[in-house]
Amino acid sequence: MPVFIIRRLLQSVLVLFFMSLVVFVGVYAIGNPVDILINPQADQADIARAIAALGLDKPLAQQYLIFLKQALAGDLGKSFAYDIPAIQLILERMPATLELALLATGMAVLLGIPLGLWAGLAPDSWPGKLIMAGSILGFSLPTFWVGLMLIMVFAVELGWLPSNGRGPSTELLGVAVSFLSWEGIRHLVLPAVNLALFKLSLIIRLTRAGTREALLQDYVKFARAKGLSNARVVGVHVLKNIMIPIVTVIGLEFGSVIAFAIVTESIFAWPGMGKLIIDSIKVLDRPVIVAYLLVIVSLFILINLAVDIVYSLLDPRVRISEAKG
Amino acid sequence: MSAPTLRVENLRTYFFTRQGVVKAVEDASFSVAPGKILGLVGESGSGKSMTGYSIMGLVDPPGRVVAGRILLRGQDLRSLAPDDMRRVRGKRIAMIFQDPMMTLNPVLRVDTQMVEAIQAHADVSRAAALERSRDALARVGIPSPAARLSAYPHQFSGGMRQRVAIAIALLNQPELIIADEPTTALDVTIQGQILFEMQKLARESGTALLWITHDLSVIAGLADEICVMYAGRIVEHGSVDEVLDAPLHPYTHGLIDSVPSRGRRGEPLRQIPGMTPSLLDLAPGCAFRERCTRADGACAQDPALSAPAAGRQVRCFHPLTQSAIA
Repeated sequence: MPVFIIRRLLQSVLVLFFMSLVVFVGVYAIGNPVDILINPQADQADIARAIAALGLDKPLAQQYLIFLKQALAGDLGKSFAYDIPAIQLILERMPATLELALLATGMAVLLGIPLGLWAGLAPDSWPGKLIMAGSILGFSLPTFWVGLMLIMVFAVELGWLPSNGRGPSTELLGVAVSFLSWEGIRHLVLPAVNLALFKLSLIIRLTRAGTREALLQDYVKFARAKGLSNARVVGVHVLKNIMIPIVTVIGLEFGSVIAFAIVTESIFAWPGMGKLIIDSIKVLDRPVIVAYLLVIVSLFILINLAVDIVYSLLDPRVRISEAKG
Repeated sequence: MSAPTLRVENLRTYFFTRQGVVKAVEDASFSVAPGKILGLVGESGSGKSMTGYSIMGLVDPPGRVVAGRILLRGQDLRSLAPDDMRRVRGKRIAMIFQDPMMTLNPVLRVDTQMVEAIQAHADVSRAAALERSRDALARVGIPSPAARLSAYPHQFSGGMRQRVAIAIALLNQPELIIADEPTTALDVTIQGQILFEMQKLARESGTALLWITHDLSVIAGLADEICVMYAGRIVEHGSVDEVLDAPLHPYTHGLIDSVPSRGRRGEPLRQIPGMTPSLLDLAPGCAFRERCTRADGACAQDPALSAPAAGRQVRCFHPLTQSAIA
């Protein structure tokens, strides 16, 4: 196992390197930030000075090499717009997004697996059919529309929950979090529900499909023939077998919630990373865009590593093939 | 003859599908005495496996046991509450399935799967349950059983897996074991070993065995009695020697004739013409009449089970006689 992890981490460095190259060239291609950042009334000398200060006067290859050299020293450049290190800007916004993503994924898993099991065990009952019908709505309704409806109903009409912002946050180990105060929780609910809905539907459908397939297997019949209780047959024999695809999807979805909660964060004015990246793209704040994407790729790498480790805990056959490879 | 361990009377198991009612088991009656082996023989889809599941109470919807009595030492299993039936399964009746590659849960260790079978029925400590599991593995001939307990199913060969499944079936010393083609997926030498073990087990412990198979050669050496099933009905019943030497039902005769033999080398292999009928809305009358050379107008009626000799039953209007076979 340790060899496997080390090998994976080394591969990850390579991925990060190529990723940074692609992003750097891509961002260079989409436009010149100087046109946006600099006062149109500035004279030619001022403009030239500003360009030189941002390091934009050098050829692309040289800019990239400078970036790479600084990045290896841990410096991903300063934001053009805020004039503070890009990485600092991202890390400041990260707790808000992580909190939202964790809550949304948690809700999707804790509700999705039991509901999926229920729908899989009793597919012809009316709760089973209702769950499935609900899940179709859950992943076919567009997120922004659901978000607006949630605000309409719960913030505007009923006035139960606040419609935007993060509310007061509490310090936990030096990080600002919302879930420790009642007011913070009230602010978290709507965006988290909005974000969870799609994932919830996905997990329900996966769990249901897996359950229905597993129930037909001989090992389930054999487990029942041993006189095991239904709870044990479903909770151990079925669940452990269907967890692999579910864990895969949870991992991928968790990553995408962190990286691309943009729509939800915009609608609920949630001060997370999604809003930051949208704002940065608008002003072509290159260091922030590059740093953001590198952080996201690192997160995806870590999540996938965690998923692979969970696989080997779930399925002994994965463990064996690893030892051979 | 002692009181039977299992007595099945007029069992009917139907499947209520959208297309109609499938009569998977139609009016099956038989009994198995302690220490005896009853062979239940038939082609795929003849209802033999469903008979086994009906006894276990494991018929999945849309199927259901609609009539009949299943008496285990005189107690009607159909009248038991679901949780009482669960306590019978694995404790008093055990079942072994056809494909050993599929019956063990691939993601659980063998010890987990054995200990849970013990703890489902008795308040036993894990240590004691492990000890019993180890002894059970040793009994079915698994080398170094203590070490193998912590292995996963994929680390065993097919034959070894079936031994593990048999060991699990034996854990709670059941009164009856239903074996649903347990040796079909194994090669012949392994099959021989397992048949030998099972036969010994039945003799020694007085366990009754219901052996479901399509393979007459397995039944010939193993069973005491034989029931031949066709299209959900038992068409012939008798002692193994009598039925195999002098079959009364044309279907049984056809089955025996289909086994390739050395005496007929070079001749085309014989087969029963036609196919098993669909059980969906089966027309009344003998289900075999479309494929039967002896069928006539009388066969459009349902034949009743008759007893032409002591201990023999046949469901046919025109049973074969000794002379007809020769």
